[in-house]
Amino acid sequence: MSVNPRLYPLLATIGIFCVAYAICWMQFPAMLSTRVVGNLLTDNAYLGIVAVGMTIVILSGGIDLSVGSVIAFSGVFIAVLLRDTALHPLVVFALLLGVTTAFGAAMGWIIHAFGVPAFIVTLAGMFLARGAAYMLTIDSVPIAHPFFEALQSAYWLMPGKGRLTLIAVVMLLAVAAGAVLAHRTRFGAGVFALGGGVQTARLMGVRVGATTVGIYAVSGFTAGLSGIVFSIYTGSGYPLATVGTELTAIAAVVIGGTILTGGAGYVAGTLFGVLIMGLIQTYIVFDGSLSSWWTKIVIGLLLLLFILLQKGLLRLTAARA
Amino acid sequence: MARTLRRIAPQIATLAALVLLVTLVFPQFLHVDYSGGRLSGPVIDVLKRGAPVALLAVGMTLVIATRGIDLSVGTVMAITGAAAAWTLAAGWGWGAAILMALGAGLLCGAWNGCLVAVIGIQPIVATLILMTSGRGIAQLITEGRILTFRDPTFAYLGTGTVLGLPVPILIWLATAIGVAVLMRRTALGLLVESIGIKRPASALAGVNARVLLIAVYMASGLCAALAGIIATADIRGADANNAGLWLELDAILAVVIGGNSLLGGRFSVAASVIGALIIHTIDTGILLAGFPSEYNLVIKAGLVLLILVVQSPNLAAHWSLVRAGIRARREPRPAASPGPRP
Repeated sequence: MSVNPRLYPLLATIGIFCVAYAICWMQFPAMLSTRVVGNLLTDNAYLGIVAVGMTIVILSGGIDLSVGSVIAFSGVFIAVLLRDTALHPLVVFALLLGVTTAFGAAMGWIIHAFGVPAFIVTLAGMFLARGAAYMLTIDSVPIAHPFFEALQSAYWLMPGKGRLTLIAVVMLLAVAAGAVLAHRTRFGAGVFALGGGVQTARLMGVRVGATTVGIYAVSGFTAGLSGIVFSIYTGSGYPLATVGTELTAIAAVVIGGTILTGGAGYVAGTLFGVLIMGLIQTYIVFDGSLSSWWTKIVIGLLLLLFILLQKGLLRLTAARA
Repeated sequence: MARTLRRIAPQIATLAALVLLVTLVFPQFLHVDYSGGRLSGPVIDVLKRGAPVALLAVGMTLVIATRGIDLSVGTVMAITGAAAAWTLAAGWGWGAAILMALGAGLLCGAWNGCLVAVIGIQPIVATLILMTSGRGIAQLITEGRILTFRDPTFAYLGTGTVLGLPVPILIWLATAIGVAVLMRRTALGLLVESIGIKRPASALAGVNARVLLIAVYMASGLCAALAGIIATADIRGADANNAGLWLELDAILAVVIGGNSLLGGRFSVAASVIGALIIHTIDTGILLAGFPSEYNLVIKAGLVLLILVVQSPNLAAHWSLVRAGIRARREPRPAASPGPRP
């Protein structure tokens, strides 16, 4: 039986996750409880959601550096609107998703219309979103709304007393929706084609402009959704929150087996990338003697490992062809 | 010389316009005091506070000229600062501390360079690795604390003056001039540009792209180390979390404002350094004009977008189309229209 070489990175990710979990379990048997699993999903929900959008952007060969700032903006936007107006949170959520989606679409349009590298446009977007958050408020604004408290305490009790919270479910749904969008729709096919090469995609009949705008709109949408989840998770809006989340999300996508030059990868792999990063943090918490800065170093090393793996695979497939 | 001046004219004009604008709002902006053997005033402050970004911009210019990018410079500042503070805390003196910091910077640069040139990872990602893990390394060195020291000679690099001018200004001026001379008085600058324009072509022409790329990233690491030394000496302590945070973005912005293309090729160190000064003049101007500093980021973002759109290759194509259209309308149509294509 031969396995498609494109599946290797995904399989490697899942394998590393299983091995890492097994090692953690051997050291701390309590790791294998639904409580830990529930927390793992809840704590990384916002990261998982934003990583789905990032996966689609990276699959198309682009990059979106603005997401961390957009999450912070979302939290501040929700907190300030709930504080100053009498709008229902659901209305605020809808408004916010509209704003962030339009923001992403605008960046996509600039990237396409002016032929500027995505990297630098989204860098400007990062400044803009962070600045907009600052302009709304520079303080941490608590969110006190009965509906919000209901969202925070919504969970489904798993066997073993683990709590599958609402935001964890939202994350899993986002991953599923992202997977369908990327692998089962015409838009997704266009994304993969763009990742393979803009010129070939155009020759294949992909509407490059509309697809590019769509890709960054999706990323804006997931960043907004992630911001909603983050505000539920923390119960406040703070303009300095989630600095550097864009890089964590990119790292999760790469560890999840998506090739950074675009055109190959799986949305499901990103979920495992996020979980591996969450697992490292959980292990450090369990251990108690390790410092949190090891998280950064280990993530950096994992990132390097996966990039080297991808390089090797590319060389392997090139040699075979 | 005239060509250099023409190249940096837009940046100088922008800087002059900004200075004029800030002076109109805040008349004391150009006022320079001389007291106690040192110059002081808002302009000197801009020059001094701009030192880290100007230094990073020098290294970043070279990296971007090779069609790369170095996202790790802010983190390298933190690492080198931590290394210097650690050496001082261990009691090895300021000379060892400077050597340690520069060595750490070179090492970081060599790591980035090897990932880019030998393994062939695209630069954004290769330097992203050090960017994410580097702060962890810096915290490992400082053990999570803010390492402070009391060495007056080392602190002199951040707060001292020579002939009335703060030392950081002299360091970045010397670095920028040194690099510019090295690049332009030798063929080195040309070789760097050739890699940025097309690496395979330059390799065919006999340029040792691999060694040169590693050297360019090492130069960027060295500039980051100098910036790290200044930042550490300035506050007499190494802060692994906040030293150089966000500065990589400012450095890239400075290079872009300097009119250097992100797609590699022609570069101007002088224009990038003026770009760094433009950024700091804006920062200072916003604060002096009484705007809350919250507007800072939005104004910066607007500026980047504006410059990007002006620099855009597509816009240039549109523009030449428009001009061709105008010319076609002015000139009479050729009498014999080309026949239908077979």
